[in-house]
Amino acid sequence: MSNNRGELAIQASGLIKTFGKTKAVRGIDLEVPAGTVYGVLGPNGAGKTTAVRMLATLLRPDGGEATVFGHDVVREADAVRSRVSLTGQYASIDEDLTGTENLMLLARLLGHRKPGARTRAAELLEAFGLTEAADRQVKNYSGGMRRRIDIAASIIKTPDLLFLDEPTTGLDPRSRNQVWDIVRIIVGQGTTVLLTTQYLDEADQLASRIAVIDRGRVIADGTPGELKSSVGSGSVHVRLRDAAQRSEAQQVLVRTLGTDVSLQPEPVALTARISGEDSGRAAAEQASRALAELAAAGITVDDFSLGQPSLDEVFLALTDHSASDSEEEVAA
Amino acid sequence: MTTATPEKETAPSVAYVPTAESLGAVLASGEQPPRPSAWSASVTFGWRAMLKIKHVPDQLFDVTAFPVMMTLMFTYLFGGAIAGSTGEYLQFLLPGILVMSIAMITMYTGVGVNTDIEKGVFDRFRTLPIWRPSALVGALLGDVCRYLIGSTVILLLGLVLGFRPEGGFTGVVLGVALLIVFSFAFSWIWTMFGLFLKSEKSVMGVSMLVLFPMTFLSNVFVNPETMPGWLQAFVDVNPIAHLVAAVRSLMAGTPDGGEILWTLVSGGVILAIFGTLTMRLYNRK
Ligand SMILES: Nc1ncnc2c1ncn2[C@@H]1O[C@H](COP(=O)(O)OP(=O)(O)O)[C@@H](O)[C@H]1O
Ligand SMILES: [Mg+2]
Repeated sequence: MSNNRGELAIQASGLIKTFGKTKAVRGIDLEVPAGTVYGVLGPNGAGKTTAVRMLATLLRPDGGEATVFGHDVVREADAVRSRVSLTGQYASIDEDLTGTENLMLLARLLGHRKPGARTRAAELLEAFGLTEAADRQVKNYSGGMRRRIDIAASIIKTPDLLFLDEPTTGLDPRSRNQVWDIVRIIVGQGTTVLLTTQYLDEADQLASRIAVIDRGRVIADGTPGELKSSVGSGSVHVRLRDAAQRSEAQQVLVRTLGTDVSLQPEPVALTARISGEDSGRAAAEQASRALAELAAAGITVDDFSLGQPSLDEVFLALTDHSASDSEEEVAA
Repeated sequence: MTTATPEKETAPSVAYVPTAESLGAVLASGEQPPRPSAWSASVTFGWRAMLKIKHVPDQLFDVTAFPVMMTLMFTYLFGGAIAGSTGEYLQFLLPGILVMSIAMITMYTGVGVNTDIEKGVFDRFRTLPIWRPSALVGALLGDVCRYLIGSTVILLLGLVLGFRPEGGFTGVVLGVALLIVFSFAFSWIWTMFGLFLKSEKSVMGVSMLVLFPMTFLSNVFVNPETMPGWLQAFVDVNPIAHLVAAVRSLMAGTPDGGEILWTLVSGGVILAIFGTLTMRLYNRK
């Protein structure tokens, strides 16, 4: 597991994959530095899974090239396979078998003998908090437990590169936090992680670089800060006590923040975009200044929150359409 | 037992918190073993098939009920008419029915591959640095076990009904061994269809279309000498007919080297052709 500074875990150029008439991936370039979490962010149908499957040697690209730690994913597939693990979007685990059996099966396929495989399975189940569920069939696991055993299965042999395809889609907030913690620990030990997600906050929490993909193409890439600053740092949501004060509040917010302020369907609610600075602190500063101005103008604020830009806002800023439009068009 | 445990709800009283110590320790874990040999990987997949039989025992129904039905039906249907007595006919029929039943249940291999391969776990298998055909070879090793169970059931039923093979225990074992070896090779036809066709239903349909003529247009029920010339010509090149003749000869204690060789060679040819086609499809999936 050598992660020399500057080494590239993944280098892809012009990757293309077409299914019949669907152009799932139409020319993707990626450079993933070793030892980091790289986020691939995009709406449903953007081509994330297809791209991951090509990089993990499961699909043969129709065009373009990709290497993983310098090995070509088509010509040197076996060398690539010995360094990567994949946790697919849908459970890559045998649901009919128990947790122990699943891990033992994979440990034996990785060369452990039976007693060694049993020990390895037990220590992984323990580390992932699944000891109590060890002898239950995986089909009886909850969503969070499934994700954990799936990730445990991916690190039986610690991979140099781990693909996580939408690891938290459909999970409750607590399980999602557990998965985030696990990812942070894994990358802290030197494994490179390529993570796909539909959530900007997930990419923001975990990734040091993000590629935004839409309709099979990378439409932006950079650090989370760079991406967010291209959109604005978020928005302030304000709820007033008295609906009659709303137009006055709108004027105050426009004056202090210098951006658009939209009126929400509820007569007491307003939302203002915060622009400019890339760090969260600047956004918070601007927001608190806005609050102070509202108070000074004698406007009573009942509730207030500072929201991150959503994937949809990122999309609107990067393209001329929203994330959900994109999904429909791809599906059509 | 595992299957009886109530679901989900046994949530641990303390919520799971991943820690750098516990996870770090399993991540850093020791020296890597060498990658497994082709044979050892295949046997491991065979073990998976055994575990699946343990957890989903229904799949043994096909390999027991169906052969029992076939044996009883044909012994009593044709016994009197063809050989004058069921006891005498059974000596001729049983090896044939054995071959026919096992050949028929090989089609479940295709159905199994077709449903299994669609599951996410195959993505994981296909990203492992192991001998590529091992997942399929292992599944077939599991099927071989089912063929053995089916054969045992038919032979026991045959003994009860009055089957008394001249070849004795050795002859019967050799006959079953030849049948199993051939069935292993023959099953690759179905792994190919299992990968190639879209649904379980179409796999079943195609299997029936191939298996019915191959098993019925043979020497299983009657001596082909009574058949019209064109049908005899088909029976002559039908590998199932040669397998039946070979198994019959072994169980009768008069091994027919020519038929045994024919069977082994045709098995080898089937394996070479359909094994290659299967792996080509598997790699492209
Ligand atoms: N095996 C396939 N056959 C046909 N179309 C596919 C296949 N896999 C994906 N697609 C199509 O390719 C596009 C991209 O899909 P996918 O890579 O799964 O996107 P994402 O993972 O970002 O949701 C979608 O329009 C999808 O319907
Ligand atoms: Mg996907």
